[in-house]
Amino acid sequence: MTDVAEAITRVHREEWARVVASLTRRFGDLDLAEEMAAEAFAVAVERWPTDGVPPNPGGWITTTANRRAIDRLRRESRRDDKQKEAQVLYEGDGPERLGAIDDDRLRLIFTCCHPSLAMDARIALTLRMVGGLTTPEIGRAFLVQEATIGQRITRAKGKIKAARIPYRVPSTEDLPARVAGVLTVLFLVFNEGYLSSDPEREPVRGDLTLEAIRLTRLVHALLPADGEVAGLLALMLLTEARRSTRVSASGELVTLDEQDRGAWDAALIAEGHALVWEQISAVAAGRGRPGRYQILAAVNAVHTSARDVRDTDWSQIVALYDQLARIDPSPIVALNRAVALAELDGPEVALALVDRLDLDGYHAYHVTRADLLRRIGRSAEARAAYERAIDLATNTAEVAYITRRRDQLGIA
Amino acid sequence: MTQYLMSVYGPAERTDFGSYPSEEAMNQAMADTGAFNERLQEQGYWVYANGLEAATTATVVDGQNGEPVFTDGPYLESKEYLGGFWIIEAPDLDVALKLAAEGSKACRGKVEVRPFASM
Repeated sequence: MTDVAEAITRVHREEWARVVASLTRRFGDLDLAEEMAAEAFAVAVERWPTDGVPPNPGGWITTTANRRAIDRLRRESRRDDKQKEAQVLYEGDGPERLGAIDDDRLRLIFTCCHPSLAMDARIALTLRMVGGLTTPEIGRAFLVQEATIGQRITRAKGKIKAARIPYRVPSTEDLPARVAGVLTVLFLVFNEGYLSSDPEREPVRGDLTLEAIRLTRLVHALLPADGEVAGLLALMLLTEARRSTRVSASGELVTLDEQDRGAWDAALIAEGHALVWEQISAVAAGRGRPGRYQILAAVNAVHTSARDVRDTDWSQIVALYDQLARIDPSPIVALNRAVALAELDGPEVALALVDRLDLDGYHAYHVTRADLLRRIGRSAEARAAYERAIDLATNTAEVAYITRRRDQLGIA
Repeated sequence: MTQYLMSVYGPAERTDFGSYPSEEAMNQAMADTGAFNERLQEQGYWVYANGLEAATTATVVDGQNGEPVFTDGPYLESKEYLGGFWIIEAPDLDVALKLAAEGSKACRGKVEVRPFASM
């Protein structure tokens, strides 16, 4: 890639949301904001190779997009009497207020994650408006046809406009409920990156995990006292720290106990641990009660504290899952608890619990069952469970791993 | 400002107390709804509100082709029907949703919020 192409890619990644957010604040129209931001980048692609990259590329993009938006509104005003509105917009907004910019992006996230929008629309809209992903990219990330994603985005934008979903961070009293929805979206994006469900793509997608972390950092920076935001950020960092060790050279998933712990990212682990400790002290001091993300972050802190899988404090992990099961009594939590319990009380005890769960359509359920059956020597049943897991799994690295496990049974 | 329709849906089956289980419950809901309506008026959100008679009182009229055709009953067969509504004026959806939550609590029903098409 040339220097200019690299600069444009970088500016797009770093500045896209900022530009869209500032245009949305100024013109109150998501469609216009997005179109003009895209046009400004198109102009940059045309001009920067000959004129050179401007000293403040982000500012250049914003100014260009703003001018184009005003031109567009002026042109339209001749047709449909929006002259006054355009003039007000042109004269009413002074120079960019510094310091308000990051708030702008947060407003954009909260607008895209409004509870009046369907969850899949929230995800698509957040990735597009805040993440700068194109419709085909979002479609591929979530195994949904491009046309469907396009419709969801169009419908969501239409609802924002017609129902007047406000472009703002909700008021203090609404914040806890709204943040929960935002965190759900960000966690879904992260998970899709961490274990991609698209067999056509690489099994682990750093573009999505890094984007989710970047956005969660943003929410954390603006709501530093929210324990669940900090918890989700810690959870993502501790999970991301292991990313490079999760797929082998032959493209097979490497489970936690077989990963090269020396290759884990120490800086991310240190940052994640610090966040978890901060939360533990806050809870100890009576400030809030740990929610789902804080507990899952703590589980990952225990894993990443152990130098070896044998050093893992499994009783601590089981206790954390007990705590999680109290606030979320779902079968998936029970399944994860059983995995930890197998290390503590043996595979028979865990299998008895797993067999009671109603998770037949979930591939991880069958992988867990197969593994427990294998450990107690019930090979034929283990094989059947691996087969079922292979049918249900979509991640290529995971399928390769489960297949090897099944084949090893055959040899034994 | 945008005008929103806040529709209250209730069961098709009605007792002597409308869609409420007892006379006390009905009276309490009426009193709470009355208080909510007053607040809407005081704070400038009010446009209009009213309750409807049972869906069985509805008649559908089709006057599109010559002689109008009259049919007994509501246009759509459903288990739940529109029982009443508010029309309010609010700066944005968040304000409308907050008011709908209060209205829902007052009248003991689910409330659908929908913007009017701007002219």
